[in-house]
Formats: sequence, C-alpha cells, structure tokens
Amino acid sequence: MRIRSALAAAAVLTLAAACSGGGGGESSAAPNEPVKINFLSLAWQKESLAANKQLVDEWNKANPKIQVTYVQGSWDNVNDQLVTQFAGGTAPDVIHNDSPALAGFSSDGYLLDLKDKLPAELKSDIPQAAWDTVTFDDGKGRQGVYGVPFLQESQVIIANKKLLDASGVRVPTSDNPWTWDEFSAAAKKMTKDGNFGVAWPMKSPVNKTLNLALNFGGTFFQTADGKTTVKVGPEEREVLQRIHDQLYKDKSADPAALGQGTADPLPAFYKGKFALLPAGVYLRQQVAEQAPDGFEWVTLPAPKGTSAQQGAVSQTLSIAQESKHPDEAMKFIAFFLNGQNQAKLAKGDWLLPTSQTAAADPAMTTKENGWDVATASAKNLVVAPFLKVNGFDEWKSKVATPVLQEYFGNKITIDQAASKLVEDGNKVLERYQR
Amino acid sequence: MRRVPQYAALVAYIVFLAFPLVWLLSTALKTPREMAMADPTWIPRDPTLANFADAFGEQDLVGAALRSLVVALFSSVLTVLVSLPAAYAMARYRGLLNKIAIGWVLVSQVFPFILIIIPLFMIMRDLALVNTLPGLVLVHVTFTLPFALWMLQGYVRAVPRELEEAAAVDGATRLRSIASVVAPLLAPGVVATLLFSFISSWNEFMFALVILQNPDVMTLPLTLVRFTGPEGVARLGPLAAASLMATIPSLIFFAIIQRRLKSGLMAGAVKG
Repeated sequence: MRIRSALAAAAVLTLAAACSGGGGGESSAAPNEPVKINFLSLAWQKESLAANKQLVDEWNKANPKIQVTYVQGSWDNVNDQLVTQFAGGTAPDVIHNDSPALAGFSSDGYLLDLKDKLPAELKSDIPQAAWDTVTFDDGKGRQGVYGVPFLQESQVIIANKKLLDASGVRVPTSDNPWTWDEFSAAAKKMTKDGNFGVAWPMKSPVNKTLNLALNFGGTFFQTADGKTTVKVGPEEREVLQRIHDQLYKDKSADPAALGQGTADPLPAFYKGKFALLPAGVYLRQQVAEQAPDGFEWVTLPAPKGTSAQQGAVSQTLSIAQESKHPDEAMKFIAFFLNGQNQAKLAKGDWLLPTSQTAAADPAMTTKENGWDVATASAKNLVVAPFLKVNGFDEWKSKVATPVLQEYFGNKITIDQAASKLVEDGNKVLERYQR
Repeated sequence: MRRVPQYAALVAYIVFLAFPLVWLLSTALKTPREMAMADPTWIPRDPTLANFADAFGEQDLVGAALRSLVVALFSSVLTVLVSLPAAYAMARYRGLLNKIAIGWVLVSQVFPFILIIIPLFMIMRDLALVNTLPGLVLVHVTFTLPFALWMLQGYVRAVPRELEEAAAVDGATRLRSIASVVAPLLAPGVVATLLFSFISSWNEFMFALVILQNPDVMTLPLTLVRFTGPEGVARLGPLAAASLMATIPSLIFFAIIQRRLKSGLMAGAVKG
C-alpha cells in the first residue's frame, strides 16, 4: 500500500495544479453560520473507538453551530485514501494520521500550517520534542507545523515474570534499564530447556530497528550540501548486529518468531516458549486482554546503548489545506486534544500522551499493566532524523524492509545489507531531490 | 461398499471447502483469551456472543451489508446487460476491428488501477457521483466489464455457429435465432458471469474507499477493515463475527443462483 501511495503521490503532483485553490486557512463560514466538519479518525481498539466517539458527541452537544461528523478510516489504507481525496479536493477537514506521513503531504501543500493557529494552552502543554515530529518543510523551504501530535509509541520489553524471576537476572527499571550487553546476557540466561530468552518478530522490521538504532546514535540518513543520502556506519549497524547475534550467535532468540507480525508471537509467549518480547507499548493491551489465568507479566524499559534514546513517531491531527472551516477545525482539535481528553485517548489506545497534563494523570503512572514504565519511556523519545526524509516511506517499503528481512533471515551479511540499504536507497532518494 | 472411498473423498472435499467458514464461526465465538492459546481449539470451550455484540454495537454492519448488496446486484446485472451484446459481436464477427477490440480488452486489464484512480475520482467528483452508490456501481461496472466481456465471448464461441445457421435455414431471423437458440445455451455462462461480477463488486475495497467518504453510504468491506489496526494487528473476534455475517448474503445469492446455473446447463444440454 505504501508503494502505491508513493506512485499515486507522483501522479498527484501532476494533477495538483488543476485542483488547487479553496481553503488556505481562511474560514468561509459567516459569523453564526452553522458549519459541518468531517473528522477522519483511525481509532480501532474498542476503548479508543468509544473514547473518540464520546468526545465527538460531547463536542457536538456543546457546539451546535460547529457539528463534527465522525468518519472512521483504517491505518492500512489511510494514505491511499488521502492521496486521492487531496487530489480531488474532497479531503476531510480534520485528519488523523501519524507524523511520518505528514512529511510528504506537507511538502505537496495538502496540509495547513498550524503554526499561527495553535491555542497557547495546547501549544505549551505539548513539549517541543513532540512538536518537532510534526514540523516539516512546506516544499518551498519554509518550516511549518502540520499536525498536533497527541499519542506516541515507544519500545518496551514485555516479560514473562516467572521466567524473569527464575533467571535471577537484575530486573531493569526506568531509571536503570539494561544495557544491550545486559539484555543479551539475560536472554542467554533465560534460554534453556528448548525455550528461548527473547523473540524478535520481524515481519515489519524497519520502524522497530531504526527507532532502537538511535540507542547508539544510528540515524541512517545524513544531509550535506542540501542533499540527503543513506548512511549505514558503525552506529547504524550496532543494533542490527546485536539482534542478529541473538538469533544466530547466542541462539537466544526464537527463530520461529522471525517472520511473524508484532502480535503473532503472543500465544507462544503465554506458553513460555520465550521470556522477553520487545514490542511497542500498545501491545500491552493485547497481553492484558488475552493472557491466560495465572500468567504474570511485567513491562520492562527498552535497553540502552550509548543513550536510551528512541525514535519518536506521533499520532497526529491535521487540518486539510482545502478545509473551508480551518478555524472551527482548530477549535475542535484544541478541545479533542486537551490534557484530560488526551489521557482518555491514550488509555484507550494504550499509548503515551504528548500532553504533560495527560501524562500526569494517575492512570498514566499506575503500576498496573506497566503504565508507569510505559509513561516513563516517553522521556527517551526524540525526533528520528529518518522520519523527516522526503522519500523515507518508499525507501522503507522498497529497500529497507526486504533487505532487513534478508539480513535477519541470515541470507546476507551485514556488509551486504549495508551496501544494499545505501546504494538502492540513494537511488530512491535521488528521485525526491531533483 | 465400493462407494465408501467415493463418499470419504466427498466428505474430505466438503470439509476442506467448509474449513474457512467453520474456523470463522469458531473464532467468532471465542473469548480473546481462548483465541490467543498456543494450542487452538476447534470448539470454543467458553462460547461467547460478545464478539457479535461488539461488532454490531460498534459498526452499522446491517446497513453496510444492505448497501453492498444493492451495489453488487446492480453492478452484476448491469455488467451482464452491457457485456452480452458486445461479447456476441466479438465472438461472431471477425475482422481487424474485432481483433483490435479483443486486444484492447486484454490491454485494459494490465493497467494498475492506482494510475487511473485519481483521474477517475476527479471525473466522479465533477459528475457529482462521489459519495453515491450509483457512482460506485458505475465504477464497478466499468472495471468488471472487460473480464466479463472476455468470459462471455468465450461462452458465445462455445455455441456452435451451425446451430444459428440451422435456425436461419428454418427461416429464423438473426434476432430470433439469438433469442431462441443461442440465449438458452448461454444461460450457464451468463449466470457464471453474473456470479463473477457479483463477487467482484461485493468484495471490492479500494474504489469504495476513495469514492465513499460519508459514513452513511459506506459498504461492507470498508466497515470490516475498521477492526484492523496498524501492521496487521486486528481485533480478531469482532472481525470474525462481522466477516461471518458478511458471508451470509453471498451464500444466499449463491444458493439462489446455483439452481439457475444448473437449469441453464440442463437447457443447454437439451438444445445442443
């Protein structure tokens, strides 16, 4: 789907001129004229869906003159949908997406720069690091803010408590996480009786490995003289090599999980086939819901390298450039993403709120279901340079995903993987920099 | 006793065919905990209707199914009505134009739809057909037509030309021989094409995704995908419950049309 998006985006460029005009940040509504706003939401978990709908209902009751229509989309297809709707000038007013997707849309001029529209309270409640994830070039060299970041995902380790305790290894805390060496040693220690210490589901390996690569300063892209190229040096190789070592040198990682999606190893995890599962914080929801009676699990912080930094991806709400009611859309966003409401949304999606008010909510810091560890991990999130690269999406789907799958499948060496990532990747990037 | 292996093979085949449906039903009745067990169970240990309650409570599945049914029925009938005369012409008249037409039908199948979806969307927008079921029907007909045409012209070719010639010798006009001789023999082909068009339209997702933006007009595939999250993570229980429900109209349509398919085959046999 992402490949299609990239192709479609190229087609859209040629058609954009014919479809420009409209919105541009000025409300077309006369004073007191009732307006209707479409809100494309990507909520899909039961609690998140309920929270989204409840907040829209609350808004509609309190604001009879600004009525919001809730339109549900899906993560897998949203960019294909938006490419067409932007080109056709029929995009929803308020758009839920994630920050990497905003780079292309903002440089193509489809999203409204919110810089001057953000209410002070909302702006100050969200830290600058999160705003950085939605600050992009508008395609003409100007930096703008193209979304309000509200939920973030960090990597944690979900652990089988019984196996963890039995191994006798030090239990890491948010203040004192494992180093990668400790993590490898712990995984080796927990590998016995046909069971493994850790499982790495690598069906979609790019986000996970690239975000963790920042532990060692791995940025994967470098910009010089205005030109961005792919870089796979010692910093970028570190996490890749360590995961590979767990699989083939230490043999402490379950090879059965390698081709699986994020949630696929859970049944084997509940059965004790492996002890540690590195995953996004949202996976806790499935563990809490599905784990068999008596199964004890804990959330551990991700390991640290030279730092504990991880790449941050935010879920965002943006306003379409074509929107006829941008001011009203901004008012709705400000309500929808206030601290109290962000806490509800974060709980519903089992993700981390960007709002400092929301993060201080007692529900976000409770030990239950590892919320304390998850919320503490937010401090390590930084803007990953690769998420700002125009063409990253295509590099990820066409180059990085197959190359990393081959590497983790032990079909190519790390040198071959690095060479492919760089050479094939630069060819992709070149097209975006002409 | 000699038939035992035949029956065994038949039962095995039916089990094979029924497996996805049985598994869907089993999944729809399981709790999240049972669904995540490493040793899956065929029969739910603690059957629950919660997945159905969630699926129907969260989404307008009945409304979406009705809209899908309307779109699929109209699309399939229109496809057959439009493609039938064209298929006859393609099969019976031979010449350069005919070859070009057949070639074009084949070529039209190789375009990736992503190349045409944006211009198509703009045309639909200018015709005020975005967000309308007739607009979706039109698109489905357009995109099912080449293959339907290809299928039907094959069926027409299979009807011996000599039968029409014999009817002509008996004094029948071309229209009369088409109506009385060719049409009954084509019935199975028409029904098969109808089935193909119906299924294509019933399952179609991408065009519906870009054309239908108003939640009140969305079709079933758009509603089903709402139970999936990023990177293939899905709420399996409600998804299975909703998918099970989504198969029912198709099964009913098949059950009804299957008789026609059989009677059409019989009619063809007698005439032939």
